[in-house]
Amino acid sequence: MQMPDPNAMIIARKAHLVARLQQVLPEDAVIHSDNEVRAYECDALTAYKCPPLAAVLPANTAEVAAVLRICHEEGVPVVPRGSGTSLSGGALPTADAVILGVAKLSDVLETDYDNRFIRVQTGRTNLSVTGAVEQDGFFYAPDPSSQLACAIAGNIAMNSGGAHCLKYGVTTNNLLGVTMVTMEGEVIEVGGAHLDAAGYDLLGVICGSEGQLGVVTEATLRIIAQPEGARPIMLAFDSNEVAGACVSDIIRAGVLPVAIEFMDRPCIQACERFAKAGYPECEALLIVEVEGSDAEIDEQLSKITAIAATHNPVEMRESKSEAESKAIWAGRKAAFGAMGQINDYMCLDGTIPVSELPLVLRRMREMSAQFGLDVANVFHAGDGNMHPLILFDANKPGDLEICEAFGAEILKLCVEVGGCLTGEHGVGIEKRDLMHVQFNRVDLEMQLRVKDVFDPGWLLNPAKVFPLDVTEGRRIIRQTAA
Amino acid sequence: MTDLTGTVLTPETEDELAKVVRSAHDNRTALQIRGGGTRDFGNEVRTDAVLQTGGLSGITLYDPGALTLVARAGTPLADIEAALAAEGQMLPFEPMDHRGILGTTGTPTIGGAVAVNASGPRRLKAGACRDSLIGVRFVTGEGEIIKNGGRVMKNVTGYDLVKLLAGSYGTLGVLTEVSFKVLPRPQATATLVWQGLSDVDAVAILAAAMRSPYDVSGAAHDPADGGRTYVRIEGLDQSVSYRAQALARDLASHGAAEIIADAAQITAIWAGLRDAEPLRAEQGDIWRVSVKPSDGPAVVAAAGAEAAFYDWQGGLVWLRMPQGAALRERIDGIAGHATLIRGTGQRVFQPMPMPIARLSQGLRARFDPRDILNSGKMI
Ligand SMILES: Cc1cc2nc3c(=O)[nH]c(=O)nc-3n(C[C@H](O)[C@H](O)[C@H](O)COP(=O)(O)OP(=O)(O)OC[C@H]3O[C@@H](n4cnc5c(N)ncnc54)[C@H](O)[C@@H]3O)c2cc1C
Repeated sequence: MQMPDPNAMIIARKAHLVARLQQVLPEDAVIHSDNEVRAYECDALTAYKCPPLAAVLPANTAEVAAVLRICHEEGVPVVPRGSGTSLSGGALPTADAVILGVAKLSDVLETDYDNRFIRVQTGRTNLSVTGAVEQDGFFYAPDPSSQLACAIAGNIAMNSGGAHCLKYGVTTNNLLGVTMVTMEGEVIEVGGAHLDAAGYDLLGVICGSEGQLGVVTEATLRIIAQPEGARPIMLAFDSNEVAGACVSDIIRAGVLPVAIEFMDRPCIQACERFAKAGYPECEALLIVEVEGSDAEIDEQLSKITAIAATHNPVEMRESKSEAESKAIWAGRKAAFGAMGQINDYMCLDGTIPVSELPLVLRRMREMSAQFGLDVANVFHAGDGNMHPLILFDANKPGDLEICEAFGAEILKLCVEVGGCLTGEHGVGIEKRDLMHVQFNRVDLEMQLRVKDVFDPGWLLNPAKVFPLDVTEGRRIIRQTAA
Repeated sequence: MTDLTGTVLTPETEDELAKVVRSAHDNRTALQIRGGGTRDFGNEVRTDAVLQTGGLSGITLYDPGALTLVARAGTPLADIEAALAAEGQMLPFEPMDHRGILGTTGTPTIGGAVAVNASGPRRLKAGACRDSLIGVRFVTGEGEIIKNGGRVMKNVTGYDLVKLLAGSYGTLGVLTEVSFKVLPRPQATATLVWQGLSDVDAVAILAAAMRSPYDVSGAAHDPADGGRTYVRIEGLDQSVSYRAQALARDLASHGAAEIIADAAQITAIWAGLRDAEPLRAEQGDIWRVSVKPSDGPAVVAAAGAEAAFYDWQGGLVWLRMPQGAALRERIDGIAGHATLIRGTGQRVFQPMPMPIARLSQGLRARFDPRDILNSGKMI
């Protein structure tokens, strides 16, 4: 993955820039020694690393604005950062960029149960948003697997999803308003506690803009009353095709589970070896979770059981208790960790129409043979968001490149069958150069014009999302102006 | 270059539509974009020619097993609802029919519903039109054909222009195709009704219902005739009766609720609320105010309306005001915004604070540089 050459003129002015930042932030909030900036050299896409020029950790919106004003005046690129768990390189810096971390902005500003919202600073972690309201019977619905670590800031920037978004939607469907600082240092309020903001849906385009339109410092989030209970059923099948058909049938039957998770054989085996979840010997496994009172859960599960039975399952295991539910989820939750024990892996994130599942899984197996790398699948089947894990050996020269080429082929396949390159992890640098597969030049140009409006100088996270050749003209203007 | 002035343009394909807009762009011909013409509110549009989307009609893809439907923008909304109903599914956002309060005739199109982000009572639970919309194709003011989003419900590839187009009233582009995430139609439904509550008590009971675990899908209050407060529950058979009873029991301290289980009666109640029927009258301005739900009663108290009712737990206030009344001045200080749906003499859309207005103008200048698409409508 190529990154633009850093601007040597900016690097040469580092001392001057650091001095200016130190005027508006406490001393420990400006990180600039070669040693310390290394902590910000990458996110969870660890194959790519580059220490930033400096990193700043402002503690409130005013400090964020002060930092951005300086960087704007100095013509220095800024890469916003939440917790650095991005899997697509969204928070990867360049050597001429300042990392703006929002980790210190972690307060709850307001909770309002009558109007069902919480207002937080965006450095707060996803799980601790639910943590702030769960004792009162509420939760924040989008639940990325990284929820213990990832910040609301990153969730908004990536429009993150989770296992439960089939029923509750993704971040954008649960976001009511933001406080955002533009690259010029202007603080703007978009949306709020009311349901629909006036005018154009700026909130809709800010969410998912990968830190390229502004730095989001506060957010008003929808919170939802907890259901009375939830229970999963595990369904095992002897082919991916049949499991895929079962997913479609469940959805068509009018039951709307909160989650339908799918694991294929390589993934099941890894989970078995490392989490000892007690999963049966089979080709494909579904975990379907439903919510409600005990009676409601029974009603839904009996419908699902009846549908699954028509597909000759190898096994159906309905949870009857908290302990059984935990056991069913144990393997799925350990999946990524289990794969990591076996191998280095790259986690893809394409989405496909659910009906194309059997075809895509079959093609993926063929490609796996062709590229000589194994692939395991664990994903949100209800919404078609796949997470193929390609296994490779980081120490073997050339393996990463083969893995990336294989990944690119899988993502192209996702687009070809009517899906998209990324369902929840974002484009970042990882899928940047594949954007041509999904969009033509005009489609992309329209998106660039949106960035022109918010960040005319192209200083915010400029080397992400769009192919470098497409953004070159805009980025070069910035560089020569600097 | 053809001069389009005074014509009614009825392209039948996306390419034809793009060509028409390109030529309007070249000639600086101001186009009024019309779907079915049933939601014609908004500030007056500078019109040299009318561009009708009705020729772009038809469902292009419906995959019930994936809960997705794609249709051309001029497709009648009723056709889409019928196709979905045949498979036991529905549009989640319950779009209102504006014909009643606006006195318009014609056939509502899906593109029109998207252009105004039309969202009914279920918006509280299932989100607005923009939340169900997963893909668009549109033609910019320069005649470029753009696609964004797609036909899958999880998609974060590039910027989300889908949401930006929803509720842009045809001022950022002419929609040619729209894709939706749809939902299973509920098997059963029940509605709880309380009578005689004050507005403040009613909105409190609606908030309590929304705080319950019973998955409420509608929460409204109509103060007419002493006051009726409605809470809707939808889902599987047994589940609905269980939740309705549990909710009535839990909220008994606020007053006894009658539980309506008759499907036809329930449909009539919610369709009436959705279409703002409680305000129906020949005279008077009709306003739609969006606020934090608990602020709803304060809006009504300050407005001095002839008639009013609440949807969305109190967060959507519908008002009928004396002609020309300066509502925004009366409710100034309550966070939110007001839209004039019927009437004249006031700006239709809430004026925006400077930075937001600047960004919005910037977007419009990029999507429609010559100001030819529904020019003036959203000012
Ligand atoms: C083990 C693991 C499991 C995961 N599971 C999921 C999952 O189930 N679903 C899912 O959707 N994702 C998942 N992810 C990906 C990742 O956790 C999400 O993308 C998350 O939202 C990133 O949050 P963050 O705070 O770590 O953001 P970062 O990695 O710090 O940044 C992500 C992006 O947000 C931008 N950004 C950060 N802060 C701001 C701000 N204040 N204003 C504007 N832009 C900002 C950055 O510039 C960057 O582009 C997983 C990651 C890991 C490592």
